[in-house]
Amino acid sequence: MSKDNPTLIESATFPRHVIAEIQRAAKTGIYDIRGFGAKRDIPTFDDLVFLGASTSRYPLEGYREKCTTEVILGNRFAKNPIHLKTPITIAGMSFGSLSAQAKESLGRGATIAGTSTTTGDGGMTPEERGHSKTLVYQYLPSRYGMNPDDLRKADAIEIVLGQGAKPGGGGMLLGQKISPRVAQMRNLPEGIDQRSACRHPDWTGPDDLEIKIQELREITNWEKPIYVKVGATRVFYDVTLAVKAGADVVVVDGMQGGTAATQDVFIEHVGIPTLPAVRMAVEALQEMDMHRKVQLIVSGGIRSGADVAKALALGADAVSIGTAALIALGDQSPEFDDEYKAIGSAAGFWDDYQAGNDPAGITTQDPELAKRLDPILGGRRLANYINVLTLELQTLARACGKSHVHNLEPEDMVALTMEAAAMAGVPLAGTDWIPGKGGI
Amino acid sequence: MTEINLDTSSVRELNLVLQGGSSGDKFSVNNTVGKHALSVGLTTAVNVEINGHVGYYCAGMNQQASIVINGNAGPGLAENMMSGEVRVTGNASQYAAATAHGGLLVIEGDSSSRCGISMKGVNIVVGGNIGHMSAFMAQSGCLVVCGDAGDALGDSIYEAKIYVRGKVKSLGTDCIEKEMRDEHKKELKQLLSQSKMHHGIEEFRRYGSARKLYNFDIDQVDDY
Repeated sequence: MSKDNPTLIESATFPRHVIAEIQRAAKTGIYDIRGFGAKRDIPTFDDLVFLGASTSRYPLEGYREKCTTEVILGNRFAKNPIHLKTPITIAGMSFGSLSAQAKESLGRGATIAGTSTTTGDGGMTPEERGHSKTLVYQYLPSRYGMNPDDLRKADAIEIVLGQGAKPGGGGMLLGQKISPRVAQMRNLPEGIDQRSACRHPDWTGPDDLEIKIQELREITNWEKPIYVKVGATRVFYDVTLAVKAGADVVVVDGMQGGTAATQDVFIEHVGIPTLPAVRMAVEALQEMDMHRKVQLIVSGGIRSGADVAKALALGADAVSIGTAALIALGDQSPEFDDEYKAIGSAAGFWDDYQAGNDPAGITTQDPELAKRLDPILGGRRLANYINVLTLELQTLARACGKSHVHNLEPEDMVALTMEAAAMAGVPLAGTDWIPGKGGI
Repeated sequence: MTEINLDTSSVRELNLVLQGGSSGDKFSVNNTVGKHALSVGLTTAVNVEINGHVGYYCAGMNQQASIVINGNAGPGLAENMMSGEVRVTGNASQYAAATAHGGLLVIEGDSSSRCGISMKGVNIVVGGNIGHMSAFMAQSGCLVVCGDAGDALGDSIYEAKIYVRGKVKSLGTDCIEKEMRDEHKKELKQLLSQSKMHHGIEEFRRYGSARKLYNFDIDQVDDY
């Protein structure tokens, strides 16, 4: 119903944004391609709350009694597992989708905060390697910029089978972002609409994956932890097969996970939310007696220390942030609101990462726009943000009486909605009831 | 010549020895029995002769080394090779030289499907036939086929060049036959000579990208 005219009733089936999309499709003849992640309303970690300590549990004194956050990733087979100060890592994002300054900022911020950052499609840049103490190298289906020298320079290798924004889909980098440097790194003509393959070119299925992991370990002297990343769909089976194939670490990316450029229909309609994905992954690890032996990193819509704490309480070892990290660098900043409006958006709504005209200079290859992001300042902002998340995480863990954030457990939480109770496998608040598992 | 017997040495031991070799060193590898990931990640100009059949990813990510396989090779032979030369005297399975950036791969027999998939600068010469979807999304480099090519050759190809001596069952989307100009004849002659294939260049035809898929065009929608 219109605020100004109560006789005007908006259709629930055809609200204005649906009508606008039909009109856009009719005008252009192409599906909507955009960045960011799923915008639809889905159950999230906000639907869970912690049961702070009281009579039956005692809390730890804030800032006095230790609540440690260190995490070790990849100690199953790798000679040199990753040691991080905080379980909040930076997700894979490519040079190409992001400017070199943005990649450098991510490396600087992660290093200050004592965590890892991750390359993306298109290979490793010297800026990123040089400013990242701990760098995870993504091994993607396209193999753009892939070379064994960079593989050996990395601290860990992440084999990407999918991502939450588009499980089953390949990547896109539209022509306006294929600058001379990006084209050279990817061995492609400048200015073309670049497609990244949706599956690896030299193997199919988990049995082949096991051999691929063996090859990567042989090439890197069995030193580097091997991560396997999947978009959250059939999580229980995917995690089981990744572990069977020999992964040291499994990364599960829920549907809220961001992307640089994908069809809107993919972002909003494929994959499952992060909330159930964590539980399903943990169940798979527990069934194999591999929980805490193969580490679990969860990503997709992580925004706050509360989100991190809840993911860890459900059994994750660490989380990854992508979209939130870009926002910390300056994406969506009100400082650029006039410029966002000039290109048909607004601060807080900007999602045209594929367009290459990002006023904040982050998701662009335009050298003039990219100069707007100072990598030193960007890195400082990101480190501040990660530190805040870590403090929030410790605050919640201490309130539950935990001396290490990994001691958080599902028993520390209840759900506010039946959907969240069913998805997370924790009781609905005020009951013992977990839908699908009995109780009252 | 250093001999490594895989009856008594593990794959790990083999690769450690080969990866530690100096330019000009010679190695002979025996009793391979189809093992995977043999002779991978080499970085110096060593000479390796492998006697027997090999499994997946033999010579993977090779840099500078010359590797000869006296037998057949499993999937992903010389995948992501950067430089050097790999030769297999028998046949190769799927995805030979997938995503390879440089160097020369010679397959004296046949190569199965997806030979040269996403190739990024490597040169591949196949003495026999190649399977379907070969040179799929091939970005750069040359694929020379002395026999016949299967279905959908060069589908979604970028700037790679394909030379075929025999019949092509079908071309993939956006792949077309192109004029054989002098620079192509020169390039082909050099590749045939380098790979020790004795055919006349006039017997070959050249294929490459029509470049109609480089930027999205709704009127080409049936091709996507």
